[in-house]
Amino acid sequence: MLSMSNNNSMSYNDQGGAAEPATEAGLESTPTTSAGAGFGLFSTDYKKNDDLKAMLESSKDSSKLEAMKRIVGLIAKGKNASELFPAVVKNVASKNIELKKLVYVYLVRYAEEQQDVALLSISTFQRALKDPNQLIRASALRVLSSIRVPIIVPIMMLAIKEAATDLSPYVRKTAAHAIQKLYSLDPDQKEHLIEVIEKLLKDKSTLVAGSVVMAFEEVCPDRIDLIHKNYRKLCNLLVDVEEWGQVLIINMLTRYARTQFLSPWKQDEILEENSEQAFYGSDDERKNKSVPASQPYVMDPDHRLLLRNTKPLLQSRNTAVVMAVAQLYWHLAPKSEVSLVTKSLVRLLRSHREVQFIVLQNIATMSIQRKGMFEPYLKSFYVRSTDPTHIKTLKLEILTNLANGANISTVLREFQTYVKSQDKQFAAATIQAIGRCATNISEVTDTCLNGLVLLLSNRDETVVAESVVVIKKLLQTQPTQHSDIIKHMAKLLDNIAVPMARASILWLIGEYCERVPKIAPDVLRKMAKAFTCEEEIVKLQTLNLAAKLYLTNAKQTKLLTQYILNLGKYDPNYDIRDRTRFIRQLIVPNEKSGALSKYAKKILLAPKPAPVLESPFKDRDRFQLGTLSHTLNTKASGYLELSDWPAMAPDQSVRNVEVVELFTESTAPAGKVKTAKRDDAFYSGSGEEEASGSGSDSSSSEESGSDSESSSDDEENGRKKSSSGSSSSSSSNSSSSSGNESRSSQSESGSKKKNLKKKNPRKENKKSCKNESENEETTKRGSKTKTDSVSSKSEESSSEKSSSSSESGSEPETDSDSGTDQKKQKQKTKPKKEETKEVQEKTTKQEVSLLDLDDFAPVSMPAAPRSAMLSPSLITDLEGLSLLNTSLTIDVTSPVYVPAKSHELLHRMSGKGLAAQYHFPRQPCIYSSDMVSVQVTLTNSGDQKLEDIHIGEKKLPSGLQIHDFNSIESLEPGASITVSMGIDFNDSTQAANFQLCTKSDQFNVSIQPAVGELLLPVTMSEQDFRTQQGKLTGMNESTATISVAPENSSGRAIVHKVVTAANLGVVPSAQESIHRFAAKTVKAADLVLVTVELKEASTAQLLINTEKTVIGSMLQRELKAVLTQG
Amino acid sequence: MIHSLFLVNSSGDIFLEKHWKSVVSRSVCDYFFEAQERASEPENVAPVIPTPHHYLISVYRHKIFFVAVIQSEVPPLFVIEFLHRVVDTFQDYFGVCSEAAVKDNVVVVYELLEEMLDNGFPLATESNILKELIKPPTILRTVVNTITGSTNVGEQLPTGQLSVVPWRRTGVKYTNNEAYFDVVEEIDAIIDKSGSTVTAEIQGVVDASVKLTGMPDLTLSFMNPRLLDDVSFHPCVRFKRWEAERILSFIPPDGNFRLLSYHVSSQNLVAIPVYVKHSISFREGSSLGHFEITIGPKQTMGKAVEGVLVTSQMPKAVLNMNLTCTQGAYTFDPVTKMLSWDVGKINPQKLPSLKGSMSLQTGASKPDENPTINIQCKIQQLALSGLKVNRLDMYGEKYKPFKGIKYMTKAGKFQVRT
Repeated sequence: MLSMSNNNSMSYNDQGGAAEPATEAGLESTPTTSAGAGFGLFSTDYKKNDDLKAMLESSKDSSKLEAMKRIVGLIAKGKNASELFPAVVKNVASKNIELKKLVYVYLVRYAEEQQDVALLSISTFQRALKDPNQLIRASALRVLSSIRVPIIVPIMMLAIKEAATDLSPYVRKTAAHAIQKLYSLDPDQKEHLIEVIEKLLKDKSTLVAGSVVMAFEEVCPDRIDLIHKNYRKLCNLLVDVEEWGQVLIINMLTRYARTQFLSPWKQDEILEENSEQAFYGSDDERKNKSVPASQPYVMDPDHRLLLRNTKPLLQSRNTAVVMAVAQLYWHLAPKSEVSLVTKSLVRLLRSHREVQFIVLQNIATMSIQRKGMFEPYLKSFYVRSTDPTHIKTLKLEILTNLANGANISTVLREFQTYVKSQDKQFAAATIQAIGRCATNISEVTDTCLNGLVLLLSNRDETVVAESVVVIKKLLQTQPTQHSDIIKHMAKLLDNIAVPMARASILWLIGEYCERVPKIAPDVLRKMAKAFTCEEEIVKLQTLNLAAKLYLTNAKQTKLLTQYILNLGKYDPNYDIRDRTRFIRQLIVPNEKSGALSKYAKKILLAPKPAPVLESPFKDRDRFQLGTLSHTLNTKASGYLELSDWPAMAPDQSVRNVEVVELFTESTAPAGKVKTAKRDDAFYSGSGEEEASGSGSDSSSSEESGSDSESSSDDEENGRKKSSSGSSSSSSSNSSSSSGNESRSSQSESGSKKKNLKKKNPRKENKKSCKNESENEETTKRGSKTKTDSVSSKSEESSSEKSSSSSESGSEPETDSDSGTDQKKQKQKTKPKKEETKEVQEKTTKQEVSLLDLDDFAPVSMPAAPRSAMLSPSLITDLEGLSLLNTSLTIDVTSPVYVPAKSHELLHRMSGKGLAAQYHFPRQPCIYSSDMVSVQVTLTNSGDQKLEDIHIGEKKLPSGLQIHDFNSIESLEPGASITVSMGIDFNDSTQAANFQLCTKSDQFNVSIQPAVGELLLPVTMSEQDFRTQQGKLTGMNESTATISVAPENSSGRAIVHKVVTAANLGVVPSAQESIHRFAAKTVKAADLVLVTVELKEASTAQLLINTEKTVIGSMLQRELKAVLTQG
Repeated sequence: MIHSLFLVNSSGDIFLEKHWKSVVSRSVCDYFFEAQERASEPENVAPVIPTPHHYLISVYRHKIFFVAVIQSEVPPLFVIEFLHRVVDTFQDYFGVCSEAAVKDNVVVVYELLEEMLDNGFPLATESNILKELIKPPTILRTVVNTITGSTNVGEQLPTGQLSVVPWRRTGVKYTNNEAYFDVVEEIDAIIDKSGSTVTAEIQGVVDASVKLTGMPDLTLSFMNPRLLDDVSFHPCVRFKRWEAERILSFIPPDGNFRLLSYHVSSQNLVAIPVYVKHSISFREGSSLGHFEITIGPKQTMGKAVEGVLVTSQMPKAVLNMNLTCTQGAYTFDPVTKMLSWDVGKINPQKLPSLKGSMSLQTGASKPDENPTINIQCKIQQLALSGLKVNRLDMYGEKYKPFKGIKYMTKAGKFQVRT
């Protein structure tokens, strides 16, 4: 026992010395007075502890309790109270609950040491395990599993198995906790325990979920197969699990997802590839080529489910939960979605300093890879003088990572304040940070250097030394234009007293003496004068300088060098004498000098590699964020590696859950009526063909992504019918039961269809090329049945909040992968819209009665107090459900025409061999929906290899953004390469100015878009066109009468001219003389409608309707020009 | 998970230990003491310390280190958050969380820790559940218990533990039904030498004290919810409703709780409530320095600035300060070099100022940097961001509750660089 030393240590020590023998004796001796009990209340140390035993054996509960309280006090202080074990154990069956609990505390603490006596208590626990009170059952199991006595392993095993099937979820939770206790006691039980875990994983109670996942993580984290069937359930329960369980489940699911889903990050790469192909190929080719080549990445609905269900947890008050979600998004979400977590992480910085520390560490790692995420929050990382040092350095690290050309000036200004900080360790770290900024951002290198040079006159040694070291490094990395600074530093040599700094300056002058030929000898002269008074380190560097100068400029410095060498020869310090001897032998040629002196120049003036200034957090990303290992930057014991994404998607069907019709009775009677009604409506709606079967199946079987996917070949339809015939029957069964099962069945057949779908697009596309008309017809038919089914589906799904909201949530996703499905969407749009209204009506009608089905509330809780008084509040919860948008559905189509014309970005003469041309491929941009994609063709027309071509500093007007192309490592002479970048022009024709950089040069270039390129073509019916046009009159309308060039008077020619000039979609028109075009602006998605009406005498009226009047008038000017010209 | 917990006071003594798995020798704390010694300030002790066989994760609050011993990989925030929750619970139970309070209530502390963790995994951390399990000690109850032999420990499983609303127990009854909400905003700001704002942001919380009978379902709406940029909720708030309509809808816990904390979007300009005029100078080679600060209200929407406290960490070279203030009282601790000036309420007609001289260590060089000034202040009846509660409605119960909203603005980490 370690004794304590605090204010009343005297009495404690007394006790420590005396108590042990005394209590030992007390075990045998007769009980002493029990009068101490009363006093013990007020001061536990008043009496020696030998009366405790007597008190424990007294008949009064109160004195027993008092004794136990004192014993607990002893335990808390870390004193040994094990001698009392037999006396304490007797009280394990006490009726007094507090006494019992305290005995439990004691037992758990000492049972391991006194195993034999501990066994006495076991029967009590076994009896308590059968108690009708769940609290007592649970606490008996808790203690039984906590006393680490190997003999009772079988009893524990039995108790756990029994408790795992207990009716009370609280007891089941305790059982889950007991699993790992037993496992750590006896790892041989693993197999049995896994069985119990498997059983408990199926548990639907939110109370159990967290605990069993913890047991899983401790016992069998590699048995990922146990999770499959429970994956969806866990995702859905997640929000309602207690916060600690959430953390564990999220971490476990992160690992799971990395083994089960395809990487969403490949998406970018694939798309990029595609657009390149499209650029080279002609229109027809593109269709054939790109379609088979692309296997469009579709996120697994289960993957999406996880991301969607964890997102609300970012709002948790528990910082650990927020961090867990953040790391999940970092490791699993598509790159474009990761930034969702930024705000929440920054919010955590307001929390306690320990939380700040961990969060900042993680941000530091993230900010290396993704600057953009945290850049808007730069100011949140400013350092306060009251921050602890480790927080300051972390903030500094992040600021350095975030610094770029745009914000460097503010960052540097901030750094200037830090440099003056009284915390010298922090000031030194700041200087290093400035050094890193200087190397990373070439524009400010000189400013930083100058700033650092100023710091050399600082009084603090650490600051000066640090600055000199950093300057030295900087000069080494930029060995071209620094003679000025060296000169400056040479001048400073007179004032600077810090030896380390003087030495560094001398080294610099020596290293680059050829660049300062006039100054270097002079410095040497000065140093020679003061040589004897210098510190050793300075003397050594003086010798170095002398040697280097002798080799390069012997004429001027020969005598000086000899003088210095002579001084060094008799220096009191042996290091210096040694060095002098060595240098003399090396550089001064004499008969005795060996072969080495020939190489003196090579030895002394060898080019030294520049030191690399990089973030200390660079290699931390090998660890999963948020883990202990990440914090320590070493692998902690028990760390589970995050696996890489699988190359091939593992089977998705493993997560399907068989329908278990267990909870039928839990559905409200109203629900049954409803479903019956729905069936009616459904059948009547489906009309002639037997598609009703397939319709119903698609209705219940689609979980997400179904809207675009229920693609509509006749052939496919048939196939779907047959293939999912079996599932349709099961799902219609289940749809009449409660929500839970119908959802699971939905997802089941949903994923089946996914599998089917994979093969489909190819076929479909071929077909659409072949006979457009037939396709169109069938599509219409298909979409009709489809929308029918949608309506019935929404009825059904609205009976359940979470499932339907998940559907609406998944819509954007389907939009995004519509690349190949555009055609059919075009035709689908209209019927869909009409149906939507209907659907809406139906849902609103039913909402009120739906309220009491809470989202996946644990069904085992009949007494849920919430359901009784559900307020209007939930109505609105449900409003988000509406399956489809009520607003006009505008679909972006593929461009009608892609002009091959490219514009010059950089001429080869001004680009020193690098020529660049850009071109608008008129494809939706892959980087962001707000961006216009631009393809840049870079050609090396010079005769030297160009290296590291990338985008440098951007000078963008506000609102504009550029997504860089990936930098090109090298470009051989004569070769050319096409890269794609995205520019968010913010719906204006402002030019985007940026620098195109090669390794050695920077060229200012600018891209100015024609107004026609700021649009994306859309499709709509003529009727829609008119209604929209009707809304955009007055200010938003501009008309012009133009005289059309004779060769443009034909309809075809006009269409061609217009779509060449602007990225517009053609709207079918009934009249031959009127041509309509529609598009939306890329950023704001405002409609732009263009009408050209041919009049006689080769005049035409040009009518443009758009909210963006500027765009409208510019477009008008442009179109006027192309139409009037020949 | 969490193996053991040691409570260490600032002089490096372990005054409480608790083990959830097998006993870990307290010698493991030696690594912690080492780190403690190395750190100049207690705040500088690294929160995570690796030792050969264990990892120590600690939090420092109320001059006590809570050191958790971990044996294998676990998210560090998980442990840190839990330890803070432990501190909050202690504070809730004993009023203060001090070494003395813990020592006095060691049995309750032990009972609490026993309920909060099972085998190192958090079990019950919700305060209302804990309070049903273990009743907070009051003097009256202690006396009654001693006489009657009844206990502090509840016999039934708390209802909350199993319900869908674990934060609220059933059968709550009050004669006066009241619901009070405090909107408290804090400004974090850094003001530079010239008085311009380097960074400023507003963080706020809505704290509630709800004493309502039965199972009320409340909705709270704001006039201008768009102001709220980022929010975190008590688990009782229905997230979907907030997403859709920006309305807080919840079944409140019984008693005091933090309903919401928020961050006001950074686009909004932040009004700075006070300004400081300062002239602090050290002269090279002289043993005297000049110190003068004046503090005044800036943008306070006509409200009075109260509870002003100015603190500043003076450079080491300052030996003593000889100052006079027009208002309040100042202290200077020559050991820690901490100057603190309790101003009180600012009278806009007669601005409080503090001026005088500093005596410097002779021979010491002039400090590079002037000290930064930290300011605390309060403005009642004002939420600086302009956030306003629109209305509070109650559903599910028939009675009419008393409702009240209070606004307050405080200075958070408010620093003026000089």
